[in-house]
Amino acid sequence: MSGHPGGVLGAFRQIDAATDAVRELKEMGYEDFTVYSPVPNHEIELAVGHKVSPVRMWTLLGGLAGVTTGFWMSLWMSYDWPLVVGGKPIGSVIPYVVIAFELTVLFGAIATLAGVVFHSWRTAKPAAFDGRFTDDMIGIFVPCRPDRRNAVKSLMESSGAAEVRLEA
Amino acid sequence: MATAAPPQPTTRPTYADVTRDVFATLGNPTKTWYILFGFVLSVLAVGVIALLYQVRMGLGVAGYTPPVMWGAYIATFVFWVGIAHSGTLISAILYLFRSAWRTSVYRTAEAMTVFAVLTAGLFPLIHVGRIWYAYWLFPYPNQRMLWVNFKSPLVFDVFAVSTYLTVSTLFLIVGLIPDIAAIREKATGWRKKLYTITALGWRGTDQQWRHYTRAYLYMAALATPLVLSVHSVVSWDFAVSIVPGWHATIFAPYFVAGAIYSGVAMVITLIVPLRKAFKMERYIRVEHFENLSKLLLLTGMIVAYAYVIEYFIAWYSGNPFERASFWNRAFGDYWWATWTMITCNMFLPFFLFFQKIRRSIPALFVLSLFVNLGMWFERFVIIVVSLSFEYEPYAMGHYTPSWVEFAILAGSFAWFFMWFLLFAKNFPTVSITEVKEIIPLPRKKDAHA
Repeated sequence: MSGHPGGVLGAFRQIDAATDAVRELKEMGYEDFTVYSPVPNHEIELAVGHKVSPVRMWTLLGGLAGVTTGFWMSLWMSYDWPLVVGGKPIGSVIPYVVIAFELTVLFGAIATLAGVVFHSWRTAKPAAFDGRFTDDMIGIFVPCRPDRRNAVKSLMESSGAAEVRLEA
Repeated sequence: MATAAPPQPTTRPTYADVTRDVFATLGNPTKTWYILFGFVLSVLAVGVIALLYQVRMGLGVAGYTPPVMWGAYIATFVFWVGIAHSGTLISAILYLFRSAWRTSVYRTAEAMTVFAVLTAGLFPLIHVGRIWYAYWLFPYPNQRMLWVNFKSPLVFDVFAVSTYLTVSTLFLIVGLIPDIAAIREKATGWRKKLYTITALGWRGTDQQWRHYTRAYLYMAALATPLVLSVHSVVSWDFAVSIVPGWHATIFAPYFVAGAIYSGVAMVITLIVPLRKAFKMERYIRVEHFENLSKLLLLTGMIVAYAYVIEYFIAWYSGNPFERASFWNRAFGDYWWATWTMITCNMFLPFFLFFQKIRRSIPALFVLSLFVNLGMWFERFVIIVVSLSFEYEPYAMGHYTPSWVEFAILAGSFAWFFMWFLLFAKNFPTVSITEVKEIIPLPRKKDAHA
């Protein structure tokens, strides 16, 4: 694999071995490492210590855009060609709640997906990868200068890595 | 997010087992698959020919007879929208409840949702006759300077069903991404290319999971009220009008419960053969069927209650039209349809009170087929029987679906199963990631032990 900086790639079988390695790396001052895991895991999340994902803002804004569009569209269109139906007011807010609700969900869901794509792309770092990290291994890639690689390698080994290799 | 799995340490699969076993279900189909697929395609062809015939000749070839101008097509539309509902219940609502057993069955249920809505969406178009004008349903600037009537539940339906199709498709795709990444590493040939593209560059990094898990949570939170709203809106297509037999405030919850009831039955219908064909006994266990049948029992009892209340209100309201309508349902021309519905939906689920039945897969399979049948008849009874027997005796009529309608109904099942068969051979029908999630990762002390 090329296209990523040189560094150390460790593969772990045990979850606590991986989280120990993450904590120690952070103590040593490494910040830009990448942790791979086949499933989402709270222990890794806690060890890495990210803030809550900003995707929730996308959901909120998408939902607000949806509810606004729903009410605006149904009301504007009603008044654009006023037609009395069933003796009801031209712009009847109560039935329009349904339209507004559906568009809240629609826009909210689409915005959430857009948020994941955007933030995953924004926070993506070039890093070495191994296919086993989507199967049953947890991986940690630490980009570092050649002179520091041995220290990182021994850190991972002492935390309990199953396999550590240097990536050029 | 992970909840403790039932304690079965000796048989618990490892992460590698899960990927391997689910991956083994994909790949080149067997002869049985081709035979099934061929059968499904030929039934679909019959449906398509019937539809083309209807398009050529006009709606007259359907059995519509005034006053019954909503017939089998609308009943089938409601049936398929209903089928979709349990998928979202299992994938979104049970997700929010952190229910661990859902993990093995949710992918099948979610795929079923998407294909069922895809099938349902065809019926309003078939029903309006001039399919090429179907875009009139959407508000768009047009030369007539008219907008759609936003006060009509039929327009609510356009928004609800199209939102439901979009959101459940997105939800299915989002759930599939980490699974596709897992099988990408094992696949070869054109499938490797397919999975590399559809995995969207997924590697399971800490950042990807950080955004993904949040998004999944919010999508589940959005899908939950959506699913309840969709069948409520479908029920208002009827309840908002003043047809005796339709005009009831109970309709929204009654329809939602009925939808989930029929959907759970369809999940069972699909999972029983799937589990056998894919040798998934290790993942989809009898406990899963028992839980599904408890859901079936619960929603079945709600439906039974709604049936009883409908009759009670018809009597208690003192409204002669309502009373006559319900008397006609049980003892009029269509008594056979009503009693089919009552037997399948109201009496048969009582067997689920016995644990022996809940844990017997053949019994559940047969029961689920009866529930599917009963739920189609429920929609037929509500729609056709109510319309055929309104206020004035001189305007009453009798409707029998024509061969075109039966062919299109059969074609709709073929269309649904075609998508499902294609999906099952190309994408994981058991979620690799979520099944792994309920298996604890190994710890250092396990290695020492």
